[in-house]
Amino acid sequence: MQLRQPGTGPGTQKAPGSGGGGTTARAAVPRARKNSLSALLDRSPRLRLAGLLTAPAAWLGIVYVAALAALLITALWTVDSFTGKVSQTWTLDNILQALTDPVYQAIALRTLWIALAVTVIDAVLALPIAFFIAKVATARWQKLLVVAVLMPLWASYLVKAYAWRNVLAEGGLLEWLGTPLGLSSPGYSETAVIITLAYIWLPYMILPIHAGFEKVPDSLLEASSDLGAKPWTTMRLVVFPILVPSIIAGTIFTFSLSLGDYITAQIVGGTTQVLGTVVYANVGAANNLPFAAAVSLIPIVIIMVYLFAVRRTGALNNL
Amino acid sequence: MSETAPSAEVPAIRLRQLVKSFGDTNAVDGVDLDIRQGEFFSMLGPSGSGKTTVLRLIAGFELPTSGTIELEGKDVSGKAPFERDVNTVFQDYALFPHMSLVDNVAYGLRVRGMAKAERRERAVEALERVQLGKFVSRRPAQLSGGQRQRVALARALVVEPKVLLLDEPLGALDLKLRQQMQIELKELQRSLGITFIFVTHDQEEALTMSDRIGVFNNGRIAQTGSAHEIYQRPQSEFVANFVGTSNIFGSELAQDIYGRREQFVVRPERLALAWDAVSGSPAGDGGAALRGTVTSAVYVGHATQLHVALDAGPAVVVLSGGELPPADQLIGRQVTVGWAGHDAVWLPDAA
Repeated sequence: MQLRQPGTGPGTQKAPGSGGGGTTARAAVPRARKNSLSALLDRSPRLRLAGLLTAPAAWLGIVYVAALAALLITALWTVDSFTGKVSQTWTLDNILQALTDPVYQAIALRTLWIALAVTVIDAVLALPIAFFIAKVATARWQKLLVVAVLMPLWASYLVKAYAWRNVLAEGGLLEWLGTPLGLSSPGYSETAVIITLAYIWLPYMILPIHAGFEKVPDSLLEASSDLGAKPWTTMRLVVFPILVPSIIAGTIFTFSLSLGDYITAQIVGGTTQVLGTVVYANVGAANNLPFAAAVSLIPIVIIMVYLFAVRRTGALNNL
Repeated sequence: MSETAPSAEVPAIRLRQLVKSFGDTNAVDGVDLDIRQGEFFSMLGPSGSGKTTVLRLIAGFELPTSGTIELEGKDVSGKAPFERDVNTVFQDYALFPHMSLVDNVAYGLRVRGMAKAERRERAVEALERVQLGKFVSRRPAQLSGGQRQRVALARALVVEPKVLLLDEPLGALDLKLRQQMQIELKELQRSLGITFIFVTHDQEEALTMSDRIGVFNNGRIAQTGSAHEIYQRPQSEFVANFVGTSNIFGSELAQDIYGRREQFVVRPERLALAWDAVSGSPAGDGGAALRGTVTSAVYVGHATQLHVALDAGPAVVVLSGGELPPADQLIGRQVTVGWAGHDAVWLPDAA
């Protein structure tokens, strides 16, 4: 900014403690500049709120709600089997087929199982890691470890999935390590999908739990020990109950991200079908957008049910 | 409280050559201390003097770098907090936010495996003892600071420890509540007969509550003694300055008056003022009288603090209880400051 109040230019400023000439008066401290727009905003909270929220609300309305509504509507249309074009005839067939066809029921259950397994594995891995970062490591290590947890997020999702494809492949790292122990690699399978997703989404579980641990003052752990509790009892009675909202916040991430995945399933899943791959196939090869929309409603409903179930725990304040 | 009454000679806590280093600095630097059974002992010192670290070492939250900690004659130096029969009231109270008051207080009994009905009964009793019987099902967040403090106290006392450690527990309370809690704590300690170790940086708090006080400075104990001894007979310049206000006279002046080259101290309330500066000494036997000029006067309610620059040396503070003219008439006046011989306290370790 080039605007200056009179008397504040560098020429008139004196270095503090420059000594000598103590009699010459220093320039007065400049008054705060007036700005009628800022003053107006300061006076009217409604205007302030409008200025703050108009753009994000518009974005939310158009991009988010409208897109979801379009999806819902598309699910109620059908595809003309001759022309392959979407015809806007209203029908519930797509949704009924997605819900009642045993093939899709099995796929939905498998997807749910994969998401649950990934979530449980991540929670079990993240708890000790987050505890170590927040409560054991020194301040210096804490920063380094948080960066280390975040680092995989800088790499492309595809790169990570293909890295696991190599690890799981025939003659890959896992087989090489496992053979002497009598273990075999799961190969490209449902198990491989679970392992890979658990790896990819782990940071999303560690971060909220780490934040949760940070909120538990050390004095609570000391007080528990002081009152006679052994470490495991302290974990069970003090730390875990306080952490529940943070853990649930983490599970919302891992669960919903796993539920919607289709890339990992294609890369390491072999023939494993999940809801995501069904959607992908119907949008692409099968050219049945209405059916894809109907299938994609399943994970949306599952997640809404889950969010509804956990809303009382306060987890939604920890996202 | 305890079923076995150990002989009175065994100290409740005995510290021997206790050292705790953090990196290059010794937070606790060779502390020797015996705290008697049933005593209200205060550890007084400025922040960073090591008093809180000593408390944490006794509780077991820190392990000593060297030296030993004995609890009723048994070495507990390497033991975990849950293996020591001491309990702590934390500065931030450390109440479990997800538990009701009764669950907080019953926690220590719960982890010891006491049955639910009995531990609940005892917890309610303990809460009633600290006048919180009405709030048993509330959460800590619904209480005021003073109430939380009482819960923390009840929680620590319900497990009947041999020694209760209090880490500046009154620091967060306002003055009135603080003074009230000081009296309550002292009465509680007297009625329970438990050893209290009280950490504070507030010298007035330490003086009013304690049987004995240990004054900490730079990780060491500068002086141990009763409140009276600490205040009346400070043994070093640090203690004289930290506990109350002190007028310290240098060794040169002492040489002139007493023929003794050592520093000495006179408390402000022991100095007498004579407004007639021409002659006469307000002092008694072995006393002295020095002339000076009043430089400022501060009215503190029960008295007036007068700062007097002595002609012969230091500026001193005199506490005058009488009615005085307004400050602007006092400043600049010539006065004589005197004291009785027995009010001069010699500082043996003066340089």
